[in-house]
Amino acid sequence: MTRLSDQLLHRIRDAHKRRKLSWWERTYLPAIAQGLLLTSNHFWRNLGLHIAHRLGLFRGVPASVTIQYPDQRRKTEPRLRTRHRLTRREDGTPRCVACMMCETVCPARCIYIVAGEHPDPNIEKVPKSFDLDLGKCIYCGFCVEACPEDAIRMDTQRHDISAYSRDGMWLDIKELLAPGSKKFTEPPERFVQLTLEEFKRLPRAPEPPPPGSDTPPSVVG
Amino acid sequence: MDLWINLWIKLGVSLLVLGGVLNFAGMQAWLERKQSALMQDRIGANRATFTVPWWLGGAPVNWVLRKLGGLGILNALADVLKLFTKEDIVPAQADRFLHTLAPWLSMFFALVAFAAIPIGPPVELFGRTIPLQVADVNAGLLVVLALASIGIYGVILGGMSSGSNLAALGGLRATSQMLAYEIALGVSLIGAVICYGSLDLQAIVERQGLLWWGWLPNWGVLLQPVGCLVFMTAALAETKRVPFDLPEGEPEIIGYFAEYSGMKFGLFFLTDFIEVVLVAALTTTLFFGGWQVPYLAPDGFRFPWGGSLPVSHLGYVILGLVAFTVKVVAFIWFFMLIRWTLPRFRYDQLMHLGWKVLFPLSLLNIAVTSVVVVLASR
Repeated sequence: MTRLSDQLLHRIRDAHKRRKLSWWERTYLPAIAQGLLLTSNHFWRNLGLHIAHRLGLFRGVPASVTIQYPDQRRKTEPRLRTRHRLTRREDGTPRCVACMMCETVCPARCIYIVAGEHPDPNIEKVPKSFDLDLGKCIYCGFCVEACPEDAIRMDTQRHDISAYSRDGMWLDIKELLAPGSKKFTEPPERFVQLTLEEFKRLPRAPEPPPPGSDTPPSVVG
Repeated sequence: MDLWINLWIKLGVSLLVLGGVLNFAGMQAWLERKQSALMQDRIGANRATFTVPWWLGGAPVNWVLRKLGGLGILNALADVLKLFTKEDIVPAQADRFLHTLAPWLSMFFALVAFAAIPIGPPVELFGRTIPLQVADVNAGLLVVLALASIGIYGVILGGMSSGSNLAALGGLRATSQMLAYEIALGVSLIGAVICYGSLDLQAIVERQGLLWWGWLPNWGVLLQPVGCLVFMTAALAETKRVPFDLPEGEPEIIGYFAEYSGMKFGLFFLTDFIEVVLVAALTTTLFFGGWQVPYLAPDGFRFPWGGSLPVSHLGYVILGLVAFTVKVVAFIWFFMLIRWTLPRFRYDQLMHLGWKVLFPLSLLNIAVTSVVVVLASR
């Protein structure tokens, strides 16, 4: 199968040796009948399938190519990079140690970390605030690659990101730790600084749906 | 006394026809969306719905409304609501009276044409014969054709009275197209008239109930295949829908109703749908046996293989009405299929088809039909 552009080129180049249509073909009646047959075949097949679906039959055979978006999701590929989240320890504090690797490697410079002391001497540091500007993010995934602690992931399966202003694209640490917890109507917050105790009290977001599923990610609360 | 009863009967029949036609026309807005969706592997309209408060029926009514909304039927209602609440703009340059008159004229004549079409066999009720036909004219075919051609006035008035050059050009384009196909439309029917020997549509339908060799219904499409093809093509061009939609071309060509808004535009739109119903009804009446059910005589079915099944008079009438409706719906479906399958003609192709193909073909059809009829009557 050659490319469409090649086919079109051939058609233009070979126009002079185009086949003469016969008298019957030049009435265009057979071509019209063919076209009507094709579309009516689609019509009756899809009508039958729609009725069968209502009756609970042939669920596996789709009657249309439509994905009813907010209710149904397109199946995502396992390697798809979706919106970021920060992973958490058992006690609810962020796994992040504020090493600044992601902030340094980020080519769009959309990550802003404010580091603070962690009382546990075994843990290097803890982010007081961790902000990510999705309006700048280019979804390269370098932050995930760079992270030595598996603290940032891009697997929330959320790709329907929209906002009325640039401020609305701003993710603070509360939203990053519990994806889906911020209401759409809430005003954006920047550089929210939380203590360890406040981290533990943040709501626990349900685990994101596994990669490759077609269920929408759930919302906290 | 007799006059009043006749008047009430006429009123009832006309309400039946009018209600049926307007409902078919309105439902075409739904059919258009849903059928095109199914043909193109889409789902189509399925979201418009509304809920009623408890004192209007509450939950059970809402359940039905949700189901109807899921089928997309309520979209037609939403459309009409939208059109009625839109601002009605009359351009400053326009002739206010003619600008308002045009859509009404165009719809009125499309609706009146249904008066001559028989929708069922005559009913014998309380010793009285009621023809299921609003106007029992003996030149019904001419009446329908005349009213259909007056419909052009709505189009050309809409274009000329808008005070816009583009709308005027659209009106002219529409007029020259409709005139070109009007001729082929009329001439293609002469063959059928020769075959049936009558202009009365009821008589034409009754003659299509005869059988050839005892089994083949005497339908017009078998007697006049070329006439049927030419008539359907020309009639499709008269409805100004897609393969022939150069007068309108809603998405890109500016048509004669460019300066119309709100329900006046809606009336032009509705006229198109009414004309589709009219063409479907005419095709049924003239070429596909009208209200005739094959092998159904007034006293019951008489099958060619010998069996018979008695049917009461009321059953006969109801079967006739149902047959007519089913045929009309099938043709509306078929025209919609054509509308969503074929691409639009170029204007020179349109004129070529109208003047150089369909018109000579219909003349040839008359000649051949006349010779055959004369030879057969020897």
